Amino acid sequence: MQICYYPGCTLKSKAVDLDIQARKIAEKFGIEMVDIDKWQCCGAEYPTAPNETATKLSAVRALNYAKSHGGKLLTLCSACHNVLKRVNEDMRTNEKTIMKANIYLELNPEYRGETEVIHYLEMLKNIVGFDKIKSMVVKPLNRKVAAYYGCLLLRPSNVMKFDNPENPTILEDLIVALGGTPVKYSHKNECCGAYVSIKSPDLAKKKSQSITDDAKAFGADELITACPLCYYNLKKNCGENLKISYFTALMMEALGIDG
Amino acid sequence: MQRIGVFICWCGSNIAATVDVEKVSEVIKQEKGVVFATNYQYMCSENGQQIIKNAIKEYNLTGIVIGSCSPRMHEATFRKAAQAAGLNPYMVEVANIREHCSWIHKDRAEATEKAIILVRTAIAKVLLNTPLAEGESPVTKRALVIGGGIAGIQTALDIAEAGFEVDIVEKNATIGGRMAQIDKTFPTLDCSACILTPKMVDCAQNEKIDILSYSEIESVQGFVGNFTVTIRKKARYVDENKCTGCKVCMQYCPSKKGLNEFNMNMNTRTAIYIPFAQAIPNVAVIDPEQCIKLKTGKCGVCKLKCSAGAINYDMKDEFIERKYGAIVVATGFKPIDLDNFNEYAYKDSKDVITSLELERLMNAAGPTNGVLLRPSDNAHPKDITFIQCVGSRDVSGCGKPYCSKICCMYTAKHAMLIREKYPDTRVHVFYIDVRTPGKNYDEFYRRAVEQYDVDYIKGMVGKVFPMANGKLLVQGSNLLDNEQIFIESDLVVLATAIEPEPSVRKIATLLATSIDTNNFLTEAHPKLRPVESPTAGIYLAGVCQGPRDIPETVSMASACAAKVIGLLVKDKLKTNPCIALTNENMCNGCSQCANVCAYGAISYIEKEFRLGGGKTEVRRVSYVNPAVCQGCGACTVTCPSGAIDLKGFSSKQIMSEVETICKK
Repeated sequence: MQICYYPGCTLKSKAVDLDIQARKIAEKFGIEMVDIDKWQCCGAEYPTAPNETATKLSAVRALNYAKSHGGKLLTLCSACHNVLKRVNEDMRTNEKTIMKANIYLELNPEYRGETEVIHYLEMLKNIVGFDKIKSMVVKPLNRKVAAYYGCLLLRPSNVMKFDNPENPTILEDLIVALGGTPVKYSHKNECCGAYVSIKSPDLAKKKSQSITDDAKAFGADELITACPLCYYNLKKNCGENLKISYFTALMMEALGIDG
Repeated sequence: MQRIGVFICWCGSNIAATVDVEKVSEVIKQEKGVVFATNYQYMCSENGQQIIKNAIKEYNLTGIVIGSCSPRMHEATFRKAAQAAGLNPYMVEVANIREHCSWIHKDRAEATEKAIILVRTAIAKVLLNTPLAEGESPVTKRALVIGGGIAGIQTALDIAEAGFEVDIVEKNATIGGRMAQIDKTFPTLDCSACILTPKMVDCAQNEKIDILSYSEIESVQGFVGNFTVTIRKKARYVDENKCTGCKVCMQYCPSKKGLNEFNMNMNTRTAIYIPFAQAIPNVAVIDPEQCIKLKTGKCGVCKLKCSAGAINYDMKDEFIERKYGAIVVATGFKPIDLDNFNEYAYKDSKDVITSLELERLMNAAGPTNGVLLRPSDNAHPKDITFIQCVGSRDVSGCGKPYCSKICCMYTAKHAMLIREKYPDTRVHVFYIDVRTPGKNYDEFYRRAVEQYDVDYIKGMVGKVFPMANGKLLVQGSNLLDNEQIFIESDLVVLATAIEPEPSVRKIATLLATSIDTNNFLTEAHPKLRPVESPTAGIYLAGVCQGPRDIPETVSMASACAAKVIGLLVKDKLKTNPCIALTNENMCNGCSQCANVCAYGAISYIEKEFRLGGGKTEVRRVSYVNPAVCQGCGACTVTCPSGAIDLKGFSSKQIMSEVETICKK
């Protein structure tokens, strides 16, 4: 099966590994991730401002494209996922945004949030299924892995509807499927420092360290994340303390896919 | 020919500022049937009523219309005035030109026009009114109290004191409720059990009080003065009359893993048990979920050991039907579930507890015999952090929007008791606001801060992190210093919001009384009738109506008792004459009216009708019991042949009102 995919800028530069690995894993399960035509910047942080219209338009264009190409839009970067999902929610519920965006983009028929935005992890859970993944594991992980979520996939929880925002479990379920032991620790959805790392690198370092320290104290051998920004902060600040990986790296290993 | 008088009230400026009352009375004077129309500043005042009485006599009025506030407010006043002047009180109609007109409109011309239409409509109705006479119904001189906590206990004692019989129906195996679980009470710090248990014993010993423990309300029929209630006495597998409360059965019971509800599930109890030492009735009960005999048929140790022969494994639920004149709801509260508050790690750590759990941990009869020990490792906690407003004043949708009212006081109490008993303990309290109004209440809180050195921190907690070293890291904000703070704690206590006991929803349905979005029962008037429900004969005591502490609950319970006594001393009650009546010539006995009647007022009779020419036929027709009908009108709109009508609100009258409104 084919699925419309929105890569975003980070996955074409800093996190190119994540993009390549995700495509290979999907292929293993018979899913082809097809880049949407002429994709542009999702708008980054700006479209989430309530009174913005112009910066939402490129997200709306991507969403509208996916509407007529299978109805689903797959994302991988947590930030893109957050932006696309929130703009889509606006296009479903905020009449003012709906009117302005449709007039500006001259959409006919109108776009009213019909596309379903799904994150790669949601695809693994709901379309592929963790049981299927488990059945295809060739090299079980056999180590203690801490799952780290960050914020962008979880919040605002009433829009993202990803998992329990205070106590998510989807990554732990994946670790179990891959034959690893998830570590129960209390910092799995604490802030990694996010964009603060540009202005106050010391503060970001403190935030990242509190996460890896806690994971290590509870016995983690490795920490995984799905978010390129979390990965950047954790790797830069704590890469020497604890092994930091994308969840896709673990999947490549357990499923025996060559990088 | 009817002679109608119309009286327009200014209600000071409430009506007169928006409605041109002079114009209304001038225009209405021209209406057909109207022989007199006037306006006055306060129609409900002594002078206003005199104007009405004089006009009735002087103009020989056959019906009157008052243009004023809602009939819910003063219909009774005006009916009384009319009656005093010799007019049948049901020849009075009220046009609501305040709530329905002046208060909701701004434009004076439009409001005046609408007021004229509303008064005309009332005239159209009164022209078709007929004089009605009130009936009478007897009063059963016995009261029912649902719930045996402090609210129910106090209500029952006060009613019994006046000489009336009263039954307490309690769903648990003992009366006592939440107050029995509490260690000390604020602001005097006296022992809760010491002041409660004598009252429980008084209930048991009072000849007028019958305690139906381990029982629930199954159905309710009837109306004020005449309720018929079916009570389910749940099978306790122990004969209440034989059991002596010796507890030998508890010593021998091999099933010891049942969670002890009285101790907030923090320790276990046997399958046969007496909830606590001072339980009333002091009679054992068997938990069928835990009893080996009831689950597998093999055991029977308690029956073997019981010298009184009280154990009966074949006991079944029993149904009792009783009649009551009044019902008091006193169903109490429970702390909310903390499923929506994962950030406080209540499920992840044994050392995060609720305040009610702390009460049990500090109580001499609790799981630790009153020694404050950490649940995870039984160590003495050195740093204790309290978090207030957990689920209270929460508009995020995770908790409750209201203030639970009791938490500021009991948290101050807990903090002080801990500092008094264990002076080496550091106690921190996170709060949004400290709300301690009440006699000696604020002084109490200040004692915690000033004398006991409790560390009060203005701000909320973001998260509680269970750490690898077994401690709890509390991350919060200190709003006064504008900084984020971290406190390593051994124990975290959550001042959890309270909500009405969930079974109150079913009870409200059975009693046909109203409930709000938070499951609190609604009072008849928030200021002037706070202990009565809008349904006549139903009264509310304690937290079932809103969050309150023990002193307020006891006051409310006594107020309920006063209301109930006021009702039960009457031999007869006046009944509303606006009830349904069947036109037997049109009724075809289809049963649809009986199906929609919520009060069970409609039955069917076989009646002989003359057909002419000496012939007769027997037909089945509906019959409305005038003592039971509440005049809701559901039957009148259901009847397919229009055979049933409501006196005082006939279909003809309502159609006439509608026509008047629609007329240009």
